Amino acid sequence: MITDVLYVVMAALFSFLALYRVVRGPSILDRMIASDVLLTTTMLVVGAEMVLNGHTSNVPIMLALAVVAIFATVAVARFVSQQDEKAGDAA
Amino acid sequence: MSLNEFLDLLSAVCLVLGGFLSVAAGVGLVRFPDALSRLHAATKPQILGLIFVLAAIALESRSWSTILVLVPILVFQMLTAPISAHMVGRAAYRGGNFRSELLVVDELEEASDEVSRETGA
Repeated sequence: MITDVLYVVMAALFSFLALYRVVRGPSILDRMIASDVLLTTTMLVVGAEMVLNGHTSNVPIMLALAVVAIFATVAVARFVSQQDEKAGDAA
Repeated sequence: MSLNEFLDLLSAVCLVLGGFLSVAAGVGLVRFPDALSRLHAATKPQILGLIFVLAAIALESRSWSTILVLVPILVFQMLTAPISAHMVGRAAYRGGNFRSELLVVDELEEASDEVSRETGA
């Protein structure tokens, strides 16, 4: 019971902190890092929910999240560096 | 205390440790000054936090078939997290998205200076 309450408080706290950086983040890379953390913590919360409620039906969701988590970050990072190279050529 | 109670307690401890790492990552994201140091904070829950939560799930369910599915989750995350971190760090360095006065040593700048001297650029 106390673990439930503690974990919900923690989840609210770290989701809010990551979301704060997504909204404020001065550059697109800061936003991307923060949204990556948000996705990872989503995975951890989905896993924690299984432990707290004593079932294992969320495991495929965790697996899918672990597989596709890389795509958004790599796409945005590639896009940002390509933009920089083009800007360097023009200058 | 029976073995089952002990394993339940152990999985609760793992869960709280994983949550604590996530909170640390959130605090690091908000407090750290530039993209490269935020990247350092962001990697804490990605591997160690995930290991703690997967250990909690394994200790809770106590079945081999669950553990067999949990291992690929960790393997995929361990394979992909360094790739995305590398790409983001590279883009941050090239875009000048860091505060150079905070760096203790910048070996990449020395190396790129050397390359541009050799190519006569």
